Amino acid sequence: MNDRAQPTLKRVINESGLEVQPLYTAADVAASGGDAMIGLPGEYPFTRGIHREMYRKQPWTMRQYAGFGNPQDTNQRFKYLIANGQTGLNVAFDLPTQIGLDSDDPQAEGEIGRVGMSVDTLRDFEIAFDGIDLDKITVSMTINGAAAIAIAMYLAMAEKRGYDLNQLRGTAQNDILKEFIGRGTWIFPVQPSIRLVGDTIEYCATHAPKYSPVSVCGYHIRESGATPAEEMAYAFCIARAYADEVIARGLHVDEFAGRLSYNFNIFGNLFEQVCKFRAGRSLWAKIMKDEYKAEKPGSMWLRMIAAGGGGGLTFEQPELNIVRGAYYALISALSGTQTMALCSYDEAYTIPTEYSARISLRTMQILIAEMGLTETVDPLGGSYYVETMTNQMRQKMEEIIAETDAQGGIVKLVSEGAIQAKVSAQAYKMQRDIESGKFPKVGVNCYRNEHEDEHPVEFHTYNEDDARVQIASLNKVRAERDAERVARTLAAVGNAARTGANAMPAIVEAVKAYASVGEITKELVNVYGRYQEPIRF
Amino acid sequence: MNDTAQRRIRVLLAKPGLDGHDQGAKVVVRAMMDAGFEVIYTGLRQTPEQVSRIALDEDVDVIALSSMAGSHLPFCRKLKPLLEANGLADKLWMIGGNLPAQDHDALRELGFKGIFPTGAKLDAIAAYIRESIRESIRENAA
Repeated sequence: MNDRAQPTLKRVINESGLEVQPLYTAADVAASGGDAMIGLPGEYPFTRGIHREMYRKQPWTMRQYAGFGNPQDTNQRFKYLIANGQTGLNVAFDLPTQIGLDSDDPQAEGEIGRVGMSVDTLRDFEIAFDGIDLDKITVSMTINGAAAIAIAMYLAMAEKRGYDLNQLRGTAQNDILKEFIGRGTWIFPVQPSIRLVGDTIEYCATHAPKYSPVSVCGYHIRESGATPAEEMAYAFCIARAYADEVIARGLHVDEFAGRLSYNFNIFGNLFEQVCKFRAGRSLWAKIMKDEYKAEKPGSMWLRMIAAGGGGGLTFEQPELNIVRGAYYALISALSGTQTMALCSYDEAYTIPTEYSARISLRTMQILIAEMGLTETVDPLGGSYYVETMTNQMRQKMEEIIAETDAQGGIVKLVSEGAIQAKVSAQAYKMQRDIESGKFPKVGVNCYRNEHEDEHPVEFHTYNEDDARVQIASLNKVRAERDAERVARTLAAVGNAARTGANAMPAIVEAVKAYASVGEITKELVNVYGRYQEPIRF
Repeated sequence: MNDTAQRRIRVLLAKPGLDGHDQGAKVVVRAMMDAGFEVIYTGLRQTPEQVSRIALDEDVDVIALSSMAGSHLPFCRKLKPLLEANGLADKLWMIGGNLPAQDHDALRELGFKGIFPTGAKLDAIAAYIRESIRESIRENAA
């Protein structure tokens, strides 16, 4: 090779569409917008973290997604995870519960307790959280279409056990707009769905002021095919839609914004993800301060769970998912998340076993105990590469938000199925790139083992008997409850929805009367109707 | 059956049950469209009755399900007699998604000849459909 024949480096473009250079210097940081936006952790614009001391004061919360079978089964899994050092719970509900069907609904057949725990009435919440100290362990609930009912059940259960709702913490996912893009547990049409989210935010602001009624999810939008920059930009657009709904009712942004939280995804390029979170933190602070005129710092904080996502895991060579999970946890810690969770290595097959859930938990614990990830705040801050890419990612997200607004806004685009079509086209391209080997995936399109079909994975088995037990339990509650009170409180739910009043107080009363998820949902469907999915390619 | 040879292959892709994971289903829809098939995608939450009725109304050659949340066996058990009652036993029944290996025999016994679990290649799915339809035309002609 002679001197003139410099090897030509292949251009590298990350998933968000930004070119990655082989070397970064201070000049790149300056050219990308300088370090004016960086500041200190705990100070606006919070690029480096929402708190000054971050994990030095308290490590991230470890909150594995768990739930299956009956509330009794789930209660045992919760206690197992807590006994193994988990510091928060994230409840998985079965699909009938998530879309507002009782366990004895014909459509629920074959689905009861399969991907999460089944819930019909308040009784099931009482069983699921029995013996768990709700002051010590915060509970997050992954439920969206039927979230208002689940929040009502959680608050009613806590109140019954003597907890002060003014102090009670916890989170509901309750992000319906992203359900229309991906995940699909919608019930009502778009507008009344947003209205119901507004009802929960407004209700919690006065009745349970420390409870987080919404966790806006970029996570599932990313799983559906969005780039990391789109994941965060669309999540911000969705959060603005909920904020607008509540502000239109007369609330001041500082009355509720401090309880909004986020749920984001981690897979793919390490630096792109870290910069996504750092950029997102400063962009959300800017949106809240400049656009919404928030004054409290808490209103500007991007509080988040950053979770190792299923989208990065593979069916092939499943043990490699343990390694991927460890990298995702590292990314999450380097990104200054508040809460961490990991998809377990067997989740390309089914819901995790106790064994695989414990490996995920231990993965996070190793970072705290052995790797020094909690000792220094924002350890990548000041890296030429990370600061440059953070600035570029923020700019990219701002462009996507501006483009979304210019096209009529996220609510319109989701209603028309436009976002769905866009991310699905990207998912198709990615799948083609993986199959052609253009986008490398270890164990899938490179470094494959022989006899790839033999997977000695031991996985969670579904207990067919759970459905029978759950239906019997529902029938028992129905026989024991005060039928007149149920009828009266259910009528009040329909009435609140019809008159446009906040439906939450009526839902809480119905829940306390042991009205079921399916019964309350029917009242709302009678007024709101059902969502019709736009099919668009 | 002669028109099958002339016309484009018609594929029904349905999302059975309550499962909301549609990323994979939509990817397969796009791949089947690119392969030159006419694709009818149902969207989420289809009951066995709906799948069977749409398959009949749309006069499809292929009835394909995408299942990710584990309820494939109870669903297929209910769907099989409905498809048979609608005279659709001679169509190609397929299923893809999160399908544990130990369930494949049961699915085959229920009549789902094409089984494409996670990891299946898009081109392999299209090739299987093309080959199976060609074969069934040949059998019918014989």
